[in-house]
Amino acid sequence: MINNLVKYSLMWIVLILLQIMLFNHIQFSGLVNPYLYILFILLLPFDTPKYLLLILGFLLGLNVDIFCNTPGIHASATTVMAFARPAVINLISSRDTLDSNALPRMKQMGSAWFIRYTILLVLLHHLFLFYVEVFTLKGFIFTLFRSLLSALFTIVLIVLSQFLIYKE
Amino acid sequence: MRFLARNYFFLLFLVLETISLTLVIRYNNYQNVRFFNSSTKVVARIYELFNSASSYFRLYQINSELAAENARLKNKLQQIIAPEETPPMNFLASPGNINDSVSVDTPAANGPLPADTLLRREHTASRTPANPLMIDSINVRYRFIPAEVINNSINRQNNFITLNKGKKDGIRPEMGIVGPTGIVGIITHVSGHYSSGATVLNRRWRVSAKLKNSNYFGSLVWDGLSYQTAQLNEIPFHVELAAGDTIVTSGYSTVFPEGIMIGQIKKVDIGSGDNFYAIDVSLSTNFMTLTYVEVVEDKDTDEIKNLIKNHLDD
Repeated sequence: MINNLVKYSLMWIVLILLQIMLFNHIQFSGLVNPYLYILFILLLPFDTPKYLLLILGFLLGLNVDIFCNTPGIHASATTVMAFARPAVINLISSRDTLDSNALPRMKQMGSAWFIRYTILLVLLHHLFLFYVEVFTLKGFIFTLFRSLLSALFTIVLIVLSQFLIYKE
Repeated sequence: MRFLARNYFFLLFLVLETISLTLVIRYNNYQNVRFFNSSTKVVARIYELFNSASSYFRLYQINSELAAENARLKNKLQQIIAPEETPPMNFLASPGNINDSVSVDTPAANGPLPADTLLRREHTASRTPANPLMIDSINVRYRFIPAEVINNSINRQNNFITLNKGKKDGIRPEMGIVGPTGIVGIITHVSGHYSSGATVLNRRWRVSAKLKNSNYFGSLVWDGLSYQTAQLNEIPFHVELAAGDTIVTSGYSTVFPEGIMIGQIKKVDIGSGDNFYAIDVSLSTNFMTLTYVEVVEDKDTDEIKNLIKNHLDD
């Protein structure tokens, strides 16, 4: 329990720092901004209580918001993402693949499962985030393009992170 | 109660989402942000820590930009000093010098001046005790406070900048920020030692700008696409302009002095159905590499604001 607390706190800090110091500065003519920090929500254990999932998601977004001067924008997107996570897991897993001791990692769940899981939740988060950020449907296609492009980068980074951290 | 227990997940989601979206909507009026901004001490400290490391890698570029600005300022200074040598100004400054200046340095007497004469003129000026006083008293309206950029974004729709100077250094909200090559933004929040503000690359902020050669003014906004280009609106069709024309600040507010460089016209289009051009301006400030800036303090701010307020009250 304490072990987990330390592990996930560290993950939180590292992901937030990586986000604000590195990934917020990656820009191709201002179009792409990968948001790797949402990896935290993806990696929480399957048996995380639902209320905790929501509260952690909300606080994670709020934390990024404080650094980015974007009050509420990230918080609203991560809350939606945390809300959708149980449904997405139900959608893509059959009864017997869900072992209560397993963790949502690529190594344990298989790459097909993990990539589907990542794509669905990252797309949801990015679409919500980018439309809330512009707060208008004007330039609908352009916002769609920006969110999809950034989502692509985030998905690639998240999959890569699985290879980097959890290789034996 | 049972309904609450069964749907707590959904209800909690609604509560948190409402909180977030309330923040978003309040933030749409960007002046209202109070608690969440990067001038907060802890946030600014973290940014400063990382910036002090990463700025070493940009030193070459920072130096050359500062050197270029120095050269430009020296040229300006020369322009200010030189006219003072002409009789009427000099009469005000120090009557003792009239004869010298007229016989040696007046353009009317000598025709076009060779470069070394200009140089000599500068020397004469600096030796005359009255002249420096004169310069000091000319530009008292604006004071420039130097600051270092510790965080800056360009890839969002509303970009912000964080500086390492704050209330203790005399910085207050609604002061302008200028960089070595042109306009940067406006201060919106101040803490003790830090401040943060919106840059030109912020869709919620617009700047009063004018064409340098014809003095027609409009407002500069950013469409959120490229960090190198902004849009100038409200310039009517009858104004003559072309690509390459210089755009500067109009001075119609207390944020910026008149004539601060904004950029050059990149492309002119006939706007959609309005009576105004759609003008693309390539910004002179490179927001990607911005490191040192100055905050403009307008000493007449309070006086002007009071005047406008009294006028509206009447």
